[in-house]
Amino acid sequence: MISYRSVTKRFADGTVAVQDFSLDVPRGTLTVLAGSSGCGKTTLMRMVNRMVDPSSGQVLVDGEDVAGRDPVALRRRIGYVMQNSGLLPHRTVAQNIATVPRLNGVDRRAARRRTGEMMELVGLDAKLADRYPAQLSGGQQQRVGVARGLAADPDILLMDEPFGAVDPLVRSELQRQLRQLHGQIGTTILFVTHDMDEALALGDQIVLLRAGADIAQQGTPREFVAEPANDFVRTFLGLDRGQRTLHRERAADGSIVVVDAHGRPAGVLAEPDGRPDDGARPGAMADGGPRPGTQDAPGA
Amino acid sequence: MNWVLDNLPLIADRTWAHLATSLPAILAALVISVPLGWLAHRYRVLNGPVLTGAGLMYAIPSLPLFIVLPVLIGTGVRDVVNVVVALTLYGVALLVRSVADGLDGVPPEARSAAVALGYPPLRRFLTVDLPLAGPVILSGLRVVAVSTVSLCTVGAVLGIPSLGLLFTDGFQRGILAEILTGIVLTVVLALALDRLLVALGRLAMPWTRAEVGA
Repeated sequence: MISYRSVTKRFADGTVAVQDFSLDVPRGTLTVLAGSSGCGKTTLMRMVNRMVDPSSGQVLVDGEDVAGRDPVALRRRIGYVMQNSGLLPHRTVAQNIATVPRLNGVDRRAARRRTGEMMELVGLDAKLADRYPAQLSGGQQQRVGVARGLAADPDILLMDEPFGAVDPLVRSELQRQLRQLHGQIGTTILFVTHDMDEALALGDQIVLLRAGADIAQQGTPREFVAEPANDFVRTFLGLDRGQRTLHRERAADGSIVVVDAHGRPAGVLAEPDGRPDDGARPGAMADGGPRPGTQDAPGA
Repeated sequence: MNWVLDNLPLIADRTWAHLATSLPAILAALVISVPLGWLAHRYRVLNGPVLTGAGLMYAIPSLPLFIVLPVLIGTGVRDVVNVVVALTLYGVALLVRSVADGLDGVPPEARSAAVALGYPPLRRFLTVDLPLAGPVILSGLRVVAVSTVSLCTVGAVLGIPSLGLLFTDGFQRGILAEILTGIVLTVVLALALDRLLVALGRLAMPWTRAEVGA
């Protein structure tokens, strides 16, 4: 459980990145902080592991103010996955993943074993263990980043736009696997993104921020799409442009395809014979791997 | 050629003396430059003074330095320590900038990843910043190595043994072979040291030779 209590961050140059922000991130959930760049979402995330200290207010982890904790020890208890993977370029995949266990004094052999488990967990081929980050694809690098973030079995995982730099196909696959992984391990995840599709696909809870970390809306993906709180939320979701307004069309083979306002297919409506109902929940668009419709819809 | 064959022990002696003078100087220059370069990198106010100061040291002519140093550090005029100290100063003059540049060039995301993972500051410097600055520091060190081996010969003017004594002696006694031997061996020594550093660098920094996309 992470709790922000009236947190404000004023930087030395006078910029107020975060103004009187309060939020609870319940244990075991995946909470997404969404918003445009400069809205303070990364600053908020970095307060959890004390890479940024608030000017006023408190950040509590399991009821304890992090300000009273040693930053180095705190960071080793909290996983961190960053954009462009943030892998250490001079260390191999295995060494990168084993970083925190090794810092914690786990012996080489145990760390190696743990590395193997983590690589399997995130779907990395064991043959990649001795490669350097520069020898991996973007998607592989991000998997190593996730494995490294989880290697010390943290209670909290912070993810700062971790899939921002990979291509859309790999991104949706990584998102699908993250959801699955989260279901499996139950770590509390705080996830930062500027991509609303990603927020809808991943979040148990989404917190959409305006400049100064002002909360525009907080809720489940379903609530966001069904009941956007204001025009800002509607614009951010793309509702004002009709991108999420769907209607039904009959495809050539008789199946019913759901299409958005631009005529882009979003999915296939369930058939009476019990085919999966992919399009029922708006937030589920990226739930099932490659978006249904872009590839599978027969009428697309 | 006969001169060389007749004087092999002398040549070996001079080569050994040359190495015994230049290697400690190169090593000392590295050890001193790392903290100085870090200061210049870490504190912007110190950047100018440290780098300019270091650069100016290189402008001190070597002969007067060899003469002034014994007075300053209380050694004899012919003491080899003078040469080692002078060469160290020249080495530092060249290397401080490489260390500062190398540290400046460490990717910021690698540094903040190390912070986020929970590296304590000193350990982060030694195991993340320094190795990532390694390739730039190494290229500076190669220049220092070659320049030190070459400058080391100047001590011969004061009679301090090195390959330089082969040219001064050869010149005084008119032995061309001796002069040539001194020059060739100095060049060979400098090149060998340079190659050795490159090889050590490849061993110590295996990620720099990892082929991208292999």
